[in-house]
Formats: sequence, C-alpha cells, structure tokens
Amino acid sequence: MTAEANIEIVTPDALLEKVRALRDQGYRLVQIGAARLPESMELTYSFDLENRLANLRLNLPLDQPRLPSISSIYKCVLLYENEIHDLFGIQVDGMAVDFHGNLYKTAIKHPFATLKAPRVTAAAEPKPSGPPKSAGPPKPATT
Amino acid sequence: MPRTIIPFGPQHPVLPEPVHLDLVVEDEKVVAARPSIGFIHRGLEKLVEKKDYVEFVYVAERICGICSFIHCQTYCQAIESLMNVAVPPRALYLRTVWGELSRIHSHLLWLGLMADAMGFESLFMHSWRVREKVLDVVEATAGGRVIFGSCKIGGVRRDIDAECIKQTIADLDSIEREIATITKVFLSDRSVKARLSGVGVLSRKGAYDLGCVGPTLRASGVAQDMRTLGYAAFKDLDLAPITRTEGDSYARCAVRCDELLQSARLIRQALAKIPAGEVAVKVTGNPTGEIIARTEQPRGEVVYFIKANGTKNLQRFRIRTPTFANLPAMLQLLQGCDLADVPVLLLTIDPCISCTER
Repeated sequence: MTAEANIEIVTPDALLEKVRALRDQGYRLVQIGAARLPESMELTYSFDLENRLANLRLNLPLDQPRLPSISSIYKCVLLYENEIHDLFGIQVDGMAVDFHGNLYKTAIKHPFATLKAPRVTAAAEPKPSGPPKSAGPPKPATT
Repeated sequence: MPRTIIPFGPQHPVLPEPVHLDLVVEDEKVVAARPSIGFIHRGLEKLVEKKDYVEFVYVAERICGICSFIHCQTYCQAIESLMNVAVPPRALYLRTVWGELSRIHSHLLWLGLMADAMGFESLFMHSWRVREKVLDVVEATAGGRVIFGSCKIGGVRRDIDAECIKQTIADLDSIEREIATITKVFLSDRSVKARLSGVGVLSRKGAYDLGCVGPTLRASGVAQDMRTLGYAAFKDLDLAPITRTEGDSYARCAVRCDELLQSARLIRQALAKIPAGEVAVKVTGNPTGEIIARTEQPRGEVVYFIKANGTKNLQRFRIRTPTFANLPAMLQLLQGCDLADVPVLLLTIDPCISCTER
C-alpha cells in the first residue's frame, strides 16, 4: 500500500556519488521534492527499483541554498530541478537544461517559498498621524 | 535551414487544459520543444498549511477533475498509514470499485479526445456517450459525478446496498459491451493504424530511463503498475499489468483500450467478493511523521509525500503526478517528429495539466 519513508541523509558533496550508485543498480528516479522547514530547506530524492523505494535527503541552509544538478546521471531530472529552482529559489548548479526561472509562468512572482515577509503595499502602510489635509495650506494649482 | 519558433498552446484545439510548448522547427520538422507550465498553478500544496488535515481531503479531491477519486484515496491512505488506522475491508473494496470506475471514465475521456484530435468525430461522440453511462453509475453509487466526495480518512462516506450492486453489475455488462465495440473500431481502423503505428517510438530502456510511468511505460514493455503493491483491495484481486512491446503511439493507445476492459473485470471481481461490515472507523488525534504513498492513477504512478508534526496542519504535502513524470518523455518524442504529429504525440501520454500544476 504505502511505503514507509526509508531515508538516507546525504550532504550536497556526496549527492552525485550516491545518485550514481543508485543509477548503476538500475533505480528509476521517482521524484525530487523540496520542503521549506523553519530552520532549513529539505530536499528528498526518491528512487524506485521493482517497487522498492530508496530516498536521499539533503538539508540546505535557508540563506542562499545551492546544490549540484544530477542531470548528468538522470536526464529526466530537468523538470524537477527547474521546479525547485522556480518555486523554492534553490540554486541548482550545472543543470543540463536550465530554464533560468521560466518553467513556471505564474501571475504572482515566484519563488514563493523564500519570501521572508509579506510585502507591504501602499494601501496597508500606516498613515502618519497629523492634522487632516483639509486643515493644511491649500496646494498650489498645477497647470 | 532557418529555424522558427512556433508557440503551441496554452490555448490549442487539442488541449483541454493549458500547457505551453515552444516548438523549434526546421521546415516541418520539430527540432526541440521547450515547455512552460504554471498557468493554472493554484498553490494547493501550500494550502495544506492553512487547512487542517481532515478538511484537506476536500482539496485533495479537487486537484483534478478527472483523477479526483484516486487523489482523495491516496491522500486518505497516506494519512491512515501515518496514524495506523485499520480501514474496514468493505471500505477498501468500495474504494477499489470507485477507483476503477474513475479509471474507466478517464480512459474513455482520453479515447474521445484522441479520436477528436485525429478527426474521427463519430468515435469521439460514442466514447463520451459511453462515458456518460459510467458517470451515471458513479452517481448512483457515490452520489457525485465528477467529484465523488465518498472517501474520507478512516473509510468511505457511504455504503451501497445489494440492489445497487446488482444494478451496477447490469450496467457494467452493457458498458463493457459498448467499450469492446468502440475499442475494436479504434484499434482495427486502417486510418488510425496509419496515423499511430511507428509514430513516436519509445524503447523499453528509453522509457524506463526517462522515468515514464503508467500506460506510457507499459506500452514499451515494462510491467510496472502500482496496483500490484496491493493497496485497497487489489491484494485480493486477480491483476496482471497490461503491456505491449512496440512502444509507439498505437501501443500506448492499445494499452489504455485493454485497461478499460481490465478495469471492468476488476470491478466485477471486487463486487463479487465484497465483504459485509462497517464502511468507516472513527479517527481521532493528529498525524505525526512522514510517508511516501503511491497509487496507480489512470495516467500512471502518483506519489504523495506527506510530512506531519503532530499538529492539525500538515507540514508539507507534495504530489508528483504521472504527467509530470511523463513530460520528459514527451519532450524527447517531439524532437525530430513532424509538426503535424505534435497533437497526436501530446495526447498519447494523456496529459493532465491540472494535476501537474497543482
């Protein structure tokens, strides 16, 4: 039914070696998912061989997260890596196909996950206290 | 030869949903295809932080209108596994029946779209006419037509009585007969064969390496079907993945046509064996931990990653939909094809964009 997450923690430096080892055993890339946790950016790489899952996990700092691309090992990774770049703002070095942030075309600017604080719009800014405008000197007429 | 970029989509006659491709063409040959998605990105994964995990069942079912039930089922299965909930056997059988009805109506929808893309309009109309009958069965058993609304954490919301089961089997007989006629027409038609045979060939190794799933992978000879994991009632049913070895567009269509009849057989088996008893158990508490749940959607393997921290809101919810996994293969198929084959190749992977963009 469902597979309990069998997860191995790796560092970005060891990622390529681990992925290559899985590839050599015949594993298929299932997915790459990112999650923004309070203290880190967590990535999960899932691989499958004959319905058995193997997962690798990376924890990246929230400040300028980067990781190496595995596109030299799995060619089909292009959408996953461009997705985590676009939606989570993670820099992926050495992507074979790099969309430069143009894979997702959304009305709201992405990445969404790295927005530190909500934007303050002009309407939401607190108005300075003071006398009402009508009490002030009349504005000079513009021509 | 000068190269031209032709925009394909997001609005195009063969596309019921918006996806955009920039096709780099030399004369009539496509040299490269570059996708862009996100036109209907709704941020549903992020929404999990605002809705509690029980409310999110409704959101999960609305990720897509075609694969609605199986999305809901996968979500419920994942949460039930995290919380160690023992779902009553009758509920598992009902989920299986509704899941397979969902597969039949999805494949019939695809068959209609495929026929329409090839200009076979009468077949398009017949496919959708039969699909209406399937939707009637869904309505009679689940209460909804597109959104079933029948699955919940701990079981299902409604039971079906013996009379309804009898009626469903009778309806299934007539649906199965009509499907057999339609698929025979489709697969033995000379024009269809000429249009699809040998077009867009994916080798067994090529399809596997590109991470394909579902009928796209099975048409290249890999017998991968998540139903063989035995979730819901599949562990008790006689199921063998349907495969072809040619790997071309015709094989991908033939796999889906055969799966229509396979799903009807599975429903029949499940209804014959359905045990009596409760259909739901009460679930209390909040989930903790993380899980990867996989089921077989009409388009292939869907992967749910859920991370929970013991509060009523989940920490992370991620879906890898089958179309997302099949898109790299589609991009490869488009390289070197004729411009006129693009709509057909696009439809042979049965793209579901709402799922993909979440």
